[in-house]
Amino acid sequence: MATLLEVRDLRTQFTTDDGIVGAVDGVSFKVESGKVLGIVGESGSGKSVTCLTIMGLNDPRATTSTGEVLFRGEDLLKASPRRLREIRGNEIAMIFQDPMTSLNPVHKIGSQLEEALTLHQNVSAKQARARALEMLTAVGIPRPERRIDDYPHQFSGGMRQRVMIAMALINSPDLVIADEPTTALDVTTQAQILALLKRLQEDFGSAVIMITHDLGVVAETADDIVVMYGARIAEQGPVDAIFSQPRHPYTWGLMGSLPRLDVAVERLVQIPGQPPSLLRPPSGCRFHPRCSYAMAKCISDVPPLERLDYDPRHSQACHLDESTKAREAAALLTTFSAAAS
Amino acid sequence: MSTQLETLGANVSTGEELLVVENLTKHFPVTRGIIFQKEIATVKAVDGVSFTLRAGETLGIVGESGCGKSTLVRCVLKLLEPTSGKISFRGQDITKLSRKEMRPIRRDMMMVFQDPYASLNARKRVGFTVGEALDVHNIGTAAERKRRVQELLEVVGLSPEHYNRYPHEFSGGQRQRIGVARALAINPQLILCDEPVSALDVSVQAQILNLLKDLQREFGLTYVFIAHDLNVVRHISDRVMVMYLGKAVEVATRDDIYLTPKHPYTGALLSAVPIPDPERGRQRIHVVLEGDVPNPINPPSACSFHPRCPRFHEGHCDVDTPELRPIAGNGHVAACHYPLERWPMDIAAGAPS
Repeated sequence: MATLLEVRDLRTQFTTDDGIVGAVDGVSFKVESGKVLGIVGESGSGKSVTCLTIMGLNDPRATTSTGEVLFRGEDLLKASPRRLREIRGNEIAMIFQDPMTSLNPVHKIGSQLEEALTLHQNVSAKQARARALEMLTAVGIPRPERRIDDYPHQFSGGMRQRVMIAMALINSPDLVIADEPTTALDVTTQAQILALLKRLQEDFGSAVIMITHDLGVVAETADDIVVMYGARIAEQGPVDAIFSQPRHPYTWGLMGSLPRLDVAVERLVQIPGQPPSLLRPPSGCRFHPRCSYAMAKCISDVPPLERLDYDPRHSQACHLDESTKAREAAALLTTFSAAAS
Repeated sequence: MSTQLETLGANVSTGEELLVVENLTKHFPVTRGIIFQKEIATVKAVDGVSFTLRAGETLGIVGESGCGKSTLVRCVLKLLEPTSGKISFRGQDITKLSRKEMRPIRRDMMMVFQDPYASLNARKRVGFTVGEALDVHNIGTAAERKRRVQELLEVVGLSPEHYNRYPHEFSGGQRQRIGVARALAINPQLILCDEPVSALDVSVQAQILNLLKDLQREFGLTYVFIAHDLNVVRHISDRVMVMYLGKAVEVATRDDIYLTPKHPYTGALLSAVPIPDPERGRQRIHVVLEGDVPNPINPPSACSFHPRCPRFHEGHCDVDTPELRPIAGNGHVAACHYPLERWPMDIAAGAPS
């Protein structure tokens, strides 16, 4: 499988009045073409900034990024603003979290869709309109020929998110970055949008980076997962490996703290404390102040992201020894299957 | 499984009836015109909802945005005047009470709000915010109040030194703890929680949920817990009420709702929740509902779920309004002519039933 996007040792820092915030700190991952990569983490874990950096959307005056973002071999961090404009919305498209604010309220849905097309392709107005109609049909807007001249406020939240998806896919991008695409939506609408994304991704063959805080969403959509904590990667690997053999205490905490529909537990496992401040991050492993397995080494040494011996696709950054981790992960999963209904 | 069900069932309190809501409706007028306002329609935000809450239990209310769940609890607290219906709290009819008459009753009903950023006054110190209810109800001397507030801060997992701080010095989870401390200040019996964890991160959400459960055990609290997240409702509730367009469509104990839902809408809601287990997730059958929640100004005829219902029978569901009726034992009621016979999302591998 061809590698479409490779991020190598990406670091993004913001200069603020209070000091330098290391929002992304040494993140590396690959996205294969046609696959879905899920990035999971809490607010402030750096998942959105990673993607904004890939797209070159950070404010250049206050941001420094180092590392490499290789999109088909081309380093996007070094690309000119002009080249980035060519790529954005054409080869890499983005779906934002909040469909209420990411559409322009004073332009018609149709002209916003057509603009996305005419910016990148040499098509006539008539062709653009035909293509916009086609996309609205593809994302399941009923009676698109009547809705195309509506304004965003005439659409419901789920419909607006469909329009956002139509806009992202209108140029058949190779990579779609979806930043919490369903967080603002109700569950039934979320199910519609996830099903739609999956179908379109199969039809168009696009790769997807799905950013979310919802482990359920990644479990059902992603092929590979990156778990981020405190601007770094805690664990990454294929979705089945992460869920069947989680190897990082933070992943356990996330899985245990999630109330689940299919599992009845009396008390949730809680991760004590708050996510770390990136202005003054904890030393060593950033999870150590909240980790019940923390040792002296965790406070002093940063754990490297290492591949597992028995599964080179799965890597984790934790000092604990493998046998303890295997035991603890198995214990956690047993509580789930024992309480499963 | 069965033993587990029994132990969970044992949690369902059989205490006295604390709150009885009968046929509650709240209609909002839709008006047109600036000076001469003309009522052109009504939104039936809550349309004939009844439920009984026993002391010590947690009633979860779920539904999509706009189904009337927040309006319902605001009517119960009399923050909104109900259009019709009856609310009894500890056997007393409070529906027609004036604001002044409500005041002593409000001592026993408190609310925890959704957004911990918007629900705390940014200009007031935490000690003031938490202790305000004590002031309003003239409880204790100033020194006693301060001691009580500091105690409360400890109960919710903050420290007494936080008394003099301002809300901006706290994270979202800590602010929600302040919101909980405020609700506890005057020892209420009933706490109405309106989406208390939906603005929080997963790990912090678990802390607040555990805290709410601990406090319930410790102080014998009764909760009404509104959420759109079915996972959260399952975790915290003893009984669950599912609402759709202002009506209760199904009420049952939480295990009955989740293991044997009867209303097709409940089934669709449950199947729409992604579960964090790729293997089980892939085996599940999803019922993806078409379309959006209809406009409440002009709801569909009879059963308002019929245009989206996979079990719709023409000439019945769109003509004859289904009433809530007992479907199974244990107080399981649903408003549907064609209730689900089996859990449609059966996991292929064969789930224990």
